[in-house]
Amino acid sequence: MIVVDWLKGFGKFWWDFLIGDDWTIAATVVAALASTYGLAQAGVPAWWLVPAAALGVVMLSLARS
Amino acid sequence: MVAIVIGVGVTRGWRSSLLGAGAGLIVLLAVSIGFGTALTAVPIDDLRLVIGALLLIFGLQWLAKGIRRVAAQGFAGIHEEDIPPGHEHEGVDWTSFVISFKGVLLEGLEIAFIVISFGATSNSLTPAAIGGASALVLLTIVGAASHRAITRIPRSVLILVVGVMLSSFGSFWGVEGVGVDWPGGEAAIAALVGLYAAFALSMVAVRRRAVPELAQT
Repeated sequence: MIVVDWLKGFGKFWWDFLIGDDWTIAATVVAALASTYGLAQAGVPAWWLVPAAALGVVMLSLARS
Repeated sequence: MVAIVIGVGVTRGWRSSLLGAGAGLIVLLAVSIGFGTALTAVPIDDLRLVIGALLLIFGLQWLAKGIRRVAAQGFAGIHEEDIPPGHEHEGVDWTSFVISFKGVLLEGLEIAFIVISFGATSNSLTPAAIGGASALVLLTIVGAASHRAITRIPRSVLILVVGVMLSSFGSFWGVEGVGVDWPGGEAAIAALVGLYAAFALSMVAVRRRAVPELAQT
């Protein structure tokens, strides 16, 4: 029982930490980093993609709230 | 490193932030002493990617929260002493713990890599280690000295500032972690801080203009 409670608490912590109030932020960060990697592999300079995606998703998150 | 620990400490509580920083320091010392010169074999890019992504996700959530709160309360905001009782965390606040732990561990590892690389290549590991340890002590003293000044800043503004800092470091480490170099190297961190800060201030201004009553607070 203690183990189950601990696992529930552990899972809740990571859910709150990663998903928080808006799951689109975590999804955008993961997609932006994966795209940065893909573009870099194709030889395209992609350092700008993560900050651009970050600003975009925060703007959308604010517009929804 | 110090900025992250102080920012998290002031906004979410000192105990868990310092516990996380202490745990990060213990792991860092254990790894540095245990691995020695073999430390340079640790896959730092993988660490940068994981820690950068986590910091960026959390930093952007705080950035959005900070913009909403500062737009609603103004830059005068509410001070820590104005917060009603019952809002402080009981026990360990794992979010503060994890953020401080990761910040100290990753930046500490980077410092340890530099110390070991320079020390080993010039056959002067002891002076390099003393230099690294002195820098760490100096940073801690500066952090402790600035703590009182930081606690006078309203909590809503601090959330915004910590959101800017975590988003900047998270973006920098995440992108470096996937193997992409920033133009200007480490100087890009300052540019990212400027970018996120300018964005946050303009979003606050837009939201306050959209609701005229807010602009008078």
